[in-house]
Amino acid sequence: MAARRISGFISRSLSSSIASPGRTCNLRSEIQRFSTAAALQEPITPPVRKTFPAFDPRTGEVIANVAEGDAEDINRAVSAARKAFDEGPWPKMTAYERSCVLLRFADLVEKHNDELAALESWNNGKTYEQAAKSEVPMLARLFRYYAGWADKIHGLTVPADGPYHVQTLHEPIGVAGQIIPWNFPLLMFAWKVGPALACGNTIAGLPPGVLNVVSGFGPTAGAALASHMDVDKVRYSHVNPCIIIAFTGSTETGKIVQELAAKSNLKAVTLELGGKSPFIVCEDADIDKAVELAHFALFFNQGQCCCAGSRTFVHERVHEEFLEKSKARALRRTVGDPFQKGIEQGPQIDSEQFEKILRYIKSGVESNATLECGGDRFGSKGFYVQPTVFSNVKDDMLIAKDEIFGPVQSILKFKANATRYGLAAGVFTQNLDTANRLSRALRAGTVWVNCFDVFDAAIPFGGYKMSGIGREKGIYSLHNYLQVKAVVTALKNPAWL
Amino acid sequence: MVMADGSTSSENYKRIPNIGFTNLFINGDFVHSISGKTFETIDPSTKQVIANIAQGDKEDVDLAVKAARQAFDDGCWPRMPGYMRGKIMNKFADLIDENIEELALLETLDAGKVFSFETTVDIPSISKELRYFAGAADKIHGKTLKLSSEFQGYTLLEPIGVVGLIIPWNFPSAMFILKCAPALAAGCTMVVKPAEQAPLPALYLAHLAKLAGIPDGVLNVVTGLGHIAEVGRRIMQASATSNLKTVSLELGGKSPLIIFDDADVDQAADLALFGSLANKGEICVCSSRVFVQEGIYDELMKKLVEKAKTWIVGDPFDPSTCQGPQVDKKQYERVLSYIDHGKREGATLLIGGKPCGDEGYFIEPTIFENVADDSLIARDEIFGPVMAVMKFKTVEEVIKRGNATSYGLAAGIVTNDLNIANRVSRSIRAGIVWINCYHNFDSGCPIGGYKMSGFGKDHGMEALQKYIKTKAVVTPIYDSPWL
Repeated sequence: MAARRISGFISRSLSSSIASPGRTCNLRSEIQRFSTAAALQEPITPPVRKTFPAFDPRTGEVIANVAEGDAEDINRAVSAARKAFDEGPWPKMTAYERSCVLLRFADLVEKHNDELAALESWNNGKTYEQAAKSEVPMLARLFRYYAGWADKIHGLTVPADGPYHVQTLHEPIGVAGQIIPWNFPLLMFAWKVGPALACGNTIAGLPPGVLNVVSGFGPTAGAALASHMDVDKVRYSHVNPCIIIAFTGSTETGKIVQELAAKSNLKAVTLELGGKSPFIVCEDADIDKAVELAHFALFFNQGQCCCAGSRTFVHERVHEEFLEKSKARALRRTVGDPFQKGIEQGPQIDSEQFEKILRYIKSGVESNATLECGGDRFGSKGFYVQPTVFSNVKDDMLIAKDEIFGPVQSILKFKANATRYGLAAGVFTQNLDTANRLSRALRAGTVWVNCFDVFDAAIPFGGYKMSGIGREKGIYSLHNYLQVKAVVTALKNPAWL
Repeated sequence: MVMADGSTSSENYKRIPNIGFTNLFINGDFVHSISGKTFETIDPSTKQVIANIAQGDKEDVDLAVKAARQAFDDGCWPRMPGYMRGKIMNKFADLIDENIEELALLETLDAGKVFSFETTVDIPSISKELRYFAGAADKIHGKTLKLSSEFQGYTLLEPIGVVGLIIPWNFPSAMFILKCAPALAAGCTMVVKPAEQAPLPALYLAHLAKLAGIPDGVLNVVTGLGHIAEVGRRIMQASATSNLKTVSLELGGKSPLIIFDDADVDQAADLALFGSLANKGEICVCSSRVFVQEGIYDELMKKLVEKAKTWIVGDPFDPSTCQGPQVDKKQYERVLSYIDHGKREGATLLIGGKPCGDEGYFIEPTIFENVADDSLIARDEIFGPVMAVMKFKTVEEVIKRGNATSYGLAAGIVTNDLNIANRVSRSIRAGIVWINCYHNFDSGCPIGGYKMSGFGKDHGMEALQKYIKTKAVVTPIYDSPWL
């Protein structure tokens, strides 16, 4: 039912880029169904006290009002997750059974591919094509990846120096709190929820209480989650309830999350934060390919990627040609309604980001970088920004230091590691030694050589320096959701040691 | 399988149904053998012929190997991401789940296995196994290395290529999947030779594999005769004299079940019976030597005989049957001859020792006590429902006696004492040690033999090792900020 309404909506929107309130109100009730707060063992519509609007960034208009969870709702969600972990079937199911549930989830995601993609595009502004052909399939793929890990979480038997039998058990950590960003909402959901569930944890289908979702604001709901001591104080006050908090977002907020986690119960923290990733074009690069890849590395997802290649370093010998072609490419970039075929760039997520980007552009101009193209908003409605290219950027300019999170490319001449961030890097070269040297020298969590944004499920992702703590995806992500228990037993007269 | 009159109850399965797949499966097609010859496969419950199966010979194997070679060198299977192979394998698992009764029927008819066991335990376990390896296909990691000089190195784990898989008859479906699943996950292509005693399940599985989307040439099945005694040794010799292909062997066993004084008598008796009689004793890991500590001996033996009397031998389609017929005439006669030896060597026959009825290859569950350690029935693998019981005094003694075998496949320990459990499990030279349980298999738990029980593992991530070669890639690095 929802799919038909949404596809009907899509065909209407092709002919006009404005969605009038009348046309959207059919879908509002559908959206309400998805915007649950604290889904406990009760049916899906809890008493909603407050709501906050979800916007369509093409126009700034409200799509729907979403239940706004606050500290109390977080408490309920954590309680439910705690109960599900301590008493519920999830951690006690065999790993195989858990994997079957995760596989079923993936099947359902595939079945509802287009609906999910439409919701994502509508609320986020990214192109429908990207959501439907790349992100939602990736969501399903990630859940299948983690389903395959569920029954392969191995500890070790360990050789000891004396007569002891030693084994390490990798146990689920308990209740995981996860704060998910807005730039890739579905994908980030999979990066967090997938491994946590595969390891047997529950999260603040699935058996009741295992997965709880609370929508709300950072300073209220988010902070409550980060500083949660675990509700049931009588039972657990002397016991560390071992909640972990996994956060993806800006570095500033990441600091707050870590502080709150430390001040409350020392919960483990993984952080995926911002970046100012260098994209390095070497002298021997194929310029046309490099231009296209560098363009993609920055402008993908409206520039709203933590790992965007936002400092493009070009060897001085090829700088002029590269710049000319990059400018031409940016001018060719098609901006418009993300539901329309052929559009490459949709609106930025909301007015706050939109204003921030325009301020950074202004600072770029004021600091005497050369504005090659773009530099202003696109159109008169919504949060569209023109694809913007700056050249003659110096390392100490604000646009070279701060994460802009928008379609603003900065082209510099060579020097890579001068940043407090360390999320990713791209290297474009044919030379074996250059590739080896640079990939080892760059202080970044991912180095892409002659490619960018390759996000296979098995490839671990995370930051060096202030870009974060911990890794997501791949086998490494499992470590975030497991605790290692060593079990040591004295042996009498062992046959061997 | 729906019968001609539309019925599906197990009673009607007594009639031989139409067997859909009796030909060789090469390069995606079911084909006759080049010679046109066939051989019969028999229902051991009735001695009736079930079907005539294509009899492949050297030329047919050559064709199959060629198909597999091409599929590996030029085809898409090894070049697909592991995730895509996993997807197809999951589909294969789904199809098996949709055809459980079909496969169970073929196993019961062809190998005499108990139908209720097939539908509830054996066949469901094979789709689980496939799913385990489907989930492993994209998780085969090599390493980046720490070298002691200015070089960078890493290992790539590459599929080995074309593999030959020789499958036994005691668990025809389970063994087929056990061998194929990790090979498929690793990206190999294969030629499977199922045992001639029970070739039907393999051919049906080939049909499902094709439906699932396994590309032509990746999985080939050549049925035919084996001509072999001492198969394992011959295979290794053949491999050495041909092209040094690596071999992994899962062979026989004479596994000890060791019951200590502190054991619960009921539980111990159940385990002993289960361990030695399950699947009519036709399991490589069966606990064919049962060591009982003297303190518990008399009570246990009484319990054992009492329980053995309730062990029903009969038509494997009958839900109350515990034990079906031996797989064929040859096995049947072999087991009876060992029982004869046992009697002549001076062991005491407590129960059984004779054929059961004269229709089909049924043998009574047989228990000997006072078996001498060096007697034939204590040394040779009998592969029938025959238990040899020995009394022991101390832990050290039973460890020595338990290890006094050229085999080393499995072992069982029944005790609640932590120190005994740890001491004995570390001292017994066997590939799997079961404590207070037996015949526990899991997709995630590697098993394989020590000593002459073979080498190489099945189940678990270790099972992939047979199908993978490790390649190290090394290159100099310059000016690395760290080493």
